[in-house]
Amino acid sequence: MAKFFTKEHEWVEMDGAQAIVGISEHAAHELGDITFVELPKIGKSVKQFDTLAGIESVKAASDIYAPVSGKVAQVNDKLEDAPELVNQGAESEGWICRLEGVDASELGALLDAAAYAKYLEGL
Amino acid sequence: MEDLKATPLQAQHEGLKALMAPFGGWLMPIQYEGIIAEHRWCREKAALFDICHMGEFRFRGDIQAGGLEDVFTFSVKGIPVGRSRYGFLLNPSGGVIDDLIVFRLAEDEVMIVVNAATAPNDFKIIASRLKEPAQLVDISAQTGKLDLQGPLSREVLVEHLGSELGALPFFKFTRTRVLGEDAIVSRTGYTGELGYEIFLPSGKTAELWELLLKDPRVAPAGLGARDLLRLEMGYSLYGNDIDEKISPVAAGLTAFVNLDKNFVGKDALLKERETGPENVKVAFRVDSRRSPRHFYEILHQGAPVGMVTSGAFSPMLSCGIGMGYVKPEAAALGTRLTIKHERVEMEAQVVELPFYTGGSLRA
Repeated sequence: MAKFFTKEHEWVEMDGAQAIVGISEHAAHELGDITFVELPKIGKSVKQFDTLAGIESVKAASDIYAPVSGKVAQVNDKLEDAPELVNQGAESEGWICRLEGVDASELGALLDAAAYAKYLEGL
Repeated sequence: MEDLKATPLQAQHEGLKALMAPFGGWLMPIQYEGIIAEHRWCREKAALFDICHMGEFRFRGDIQAGGLEDVFTFSVKGIPVGRSRYGFLLNPSGGVIDDLIVFRLAEDEVMIVVNAATAPNDFKIIASRLKEPAQLVDISAQTGKLDLQGPLSREVLVEHLGSELGALPFFKFTRTRVLGEDAIVSRTGYTGELGYEIFLPSGKTAELWELLLKDPRVAPAGLGARDLLRLEMGYSLYGNDIDEKISPVAAGLTAFVNLDKNFVGKDALLKERETGPENVKVAFRVDSRRSPRHFYEILHQGAPVGMVTSGAFSPMLSCGIGMGYVKPEAAALGTRLTIKHERVEMEAQVVELPFYTGGSLRA
């Protein structure tokens, strides 16, 4: 499945009925060295674009927003002791969590990879 | 947009693709490869910092008759030639105008090294407290400054600049020749590691920078890493942890104040010492990897007691660390604090400084 992006630099990718969520490589690069990821609680329900998690780098603390609505099914608990995985692979091993109960039609409100790349050029 | 000053190393920073940002009126390198990688390099090898933004003044004259002896919180006369001392320039209320280091160059000559943002005001105030014919000259523009810091800095320096530097003890300096020019090499720094500050003519700074960077043991480090390094040692950053409204008594820095001599601000300090400061500095360690940051609120048993002035994630301790000012009842070692800002909240405990004790500073 393809990745979709928010203008706040989260990404989401459907994997069967679940959605994998993370922050974009661009966001990870802008944050610099990531020192802490505030993982969401399993079972937490979020609406699209609500605050889902938090992330801190040497430079700043930021919120991570839910790219789609859903319930947190799993978190990447490797990030608890190794948040630098987000710097090493924000759009792969540095994923944040998986959401279930997702309505795939909400992806229509997001940017596809090409549109996100174009959006970044305009920043 | 304010007019930012540039150090003689702009081309070098550009070549290294440094992330540049304003600091104290200067455009300075914040990071090259990455703040944590540069921090680690300094703790393990030798990191090179462009510190040309700092101010340098030269005083010539009789230290007592010229008035210099009463300017700072420490005795300048008492510094042996070839040694330096850290302390403060205070306002009459005891607030810190700047923290600085005085180098005793000769019987009747000293160099005063001050922070960048405060340098113009420092110069005016110091000059106003002196008596003719003593002379104070601002030599910042013609003075370059590079800091080489880290456990390997001594062997690097000895190899490139001369074997006599190997014997330099902590807080001692030597007047020497670097790249054929008069220079000062001082065993001081702001990192908690064995390290040196090198003062040389600004026109030679780029050449020394490039010479040292050719050594595989040396890597450039920016102000981001410098801030982490100093905070792990509990060193104050002027403008964050100390300023004109904070006295050395409140800041817990009376070790750098000599109350047996005269200086501007002394009466205020004596009074504050008697009544006790309204707020006092604390150091605290966070229970998690969360970073406290400047201006975050400090609470004790649910009530606001103060504010964070410096904070970061400590790579050496793998947790958040910070300093701030709190009401005295929340300052005892072991006191539990909550640090809060909007949605971010963390639990912390008051601890002793320094946070990091494994450095090579006195090696």
